[in-house]
Amino acid sequence: METVGYYPGCSLEGTARDYAASIRGVCQMLHVELRELDDWNCCGATAAHSLNRRLAVELPGRNLVLAETQGLSELVVPCALCFNRLKTAEKALLGPESHRYSLQYEGSVRVMDLMDFLTRPERLQWMETHRVRPLEGIRAVCYYGCMVNRPPKITDAPSWENPTNMDALLSTLGARVLDWPFKTDCCGASHSVSRPDLVTTLTGRLLSRALAQGANCIVVSCQMCQANLDMFQERVARELGTALDLPVFYFTELMALALGHPDAASWARRHLVDPVPLLEASGLAV
Amino acid sequence: MDDGLNTARLRVNYELAEQVFQKSRIQPTVCYQCRKCTSGCPLTFAMDYPPDRIVRFLILGLEERILRSRTIWVCSSCETCTTRCPNDIDIAGLMDHLKEEAHARGIVPPECRPIHAFHEAFLEDVARRGRVFEAGLLQRYMLTSGAWKSRLADGTLWSEVRTGLALLRKGRLPLLPRGVQARDEIRRIFQGVGDSEAPSDPVHASSGAENADASADPS
Ligand code: SF4
Ligand code: SF4
Repeated sequence: METVGYYPGCSLEGTARDYAASIRGVCQMLHVELRELDDWNCCGATAAHSLNRRLAVELPGRNLVLAETQGLSELVVPCALCFNRLKTAEKALLGPESHRYSLQYEGSVRVMDLMDFLTRPERLQWMETHRVRPLEGIRAVCYYGCMVNRPPKITDAPSWENPTNMDALLSTLGARVLDWPFKTDCCGASHSVSRPDLVTTLTGRLLSRALAQGANCIVVSCQMCQANLDMFQERVARELGTALDLPVFYFTELMALALGHPDAASWARRHLVDPVPLLEASGLAV
Repeated sequence: MDDGLNTARLRVNYELAEQVFQKSRIQPTVCYQCRKCTSGCPLTFAMDYPPDRIVRFLILGLEERILRSRTIWVCSSCETCTTRCPNDIDIAGLMDHLKEEAHARGIVPPECRPIHAFHEAFLEDVARRGRVFEAGLLQRYMLTSGAWKSRLADGTLWSEVRTGLALLRKGRLPLLPRGVQARDEIRRIFQGVGDSEAPSDPVHASSGAENADASADPS
């Protein structure tokens, strides 16, 4: 059993409970124990970095200091935006301008994006031999979004224009992974509430391209991307005048399905675009 | 001679870029206008000036024009521009700096007020509990910003209510908020950063350049 620190972030206690459940389930199967950071706080998200740059470092910074005090050497983060803000705080608190902030951080915590953590080579090997239901019938485009990879100076991502770890994961699980040019294009992120018109346009581009590419689903690693592509689909379909019906899965849900977790399909049923027809057609509905 | 080059009337204020650098540590003056930032920007369709133009305006000192532009609020912080700029200018960081400046001076353009109001409601929620409670935040934002009225007017309100009900039915809207125990630490952070961005900065002294902004068109 391997133990790592875990920073869930606010959405995973709310609208992204489906993501949270699938993460717990998958980590259990992989013998990874997630130790939730005690008394963590919100990273401040887009609101903080838009209105107050010190707040935008000190809010996520408090979590780094907490992790350090709690002796966590690794902190795994499932939300792309939280990950980005925690990494930003890390660079700011350890950089030449650290005197601008009120926090003391030594830098002993390694902040990791959940997908990076779950797709290490030894784990992919393990999954290859332990998958019980290969994802045949799934034709996926991998949508990585913005915040896990950009800007590489903050995220330390090795390949930010064309990331491939999700592609490798899904191929290992037996899915057909389609190439497409929108892997890291923007979904509109937090504009979903205040400017839904912008998100309708941006997700419209992504959804129609995914469809044109021949995908029967989109796979994501961020609950903001999931929410935007899933919840806006009805509106986009109406505007485009075509049916879309593209389920938007978290990568962890597909892992759980392939590895045979008994609750896997029930998590995905909480999405707005019904995944059941696709899962049934692919022999994956249980 | 009037050859249409009304840039002649432009009063340039080179101080602005220096002031921005002092506050944000981002140096806009190394921009050579290659427009790579703009080429990859997903939101130019909703902007009044593309990102490269904002950088150019900064160099020229057209502060009012920038602070009143839609661009800085419509930017989704996708970081594509920052990642690709050959001169390593953190353009997304500039957009944040400018939003913060416009926020401090209370000059958000009307059509961008919903974006600003949402950020404010979000931070209020964080200040209150240390964590965001999505269901409560959305409700408060809709009511206090008056967003429900525009949604009613353009017919999108029902689609949003339907989405909310669907989430509720699928068990994705918890009814009780959770919060941080050490509320005093959160309060200290908010208090500590509160005054640092108050408009006591030198940028204000230069607002005499506003008229030049309004009359000149450097494009
Ligand atoms: S990419 Fe950089 S150098 Fe090129 S126009 Fe944009 S800010 Fe200027
Ligand atoms: S960060 Fe903003 S300005 Fe830059 S590419 Fe993205 S949306 Fe455009």
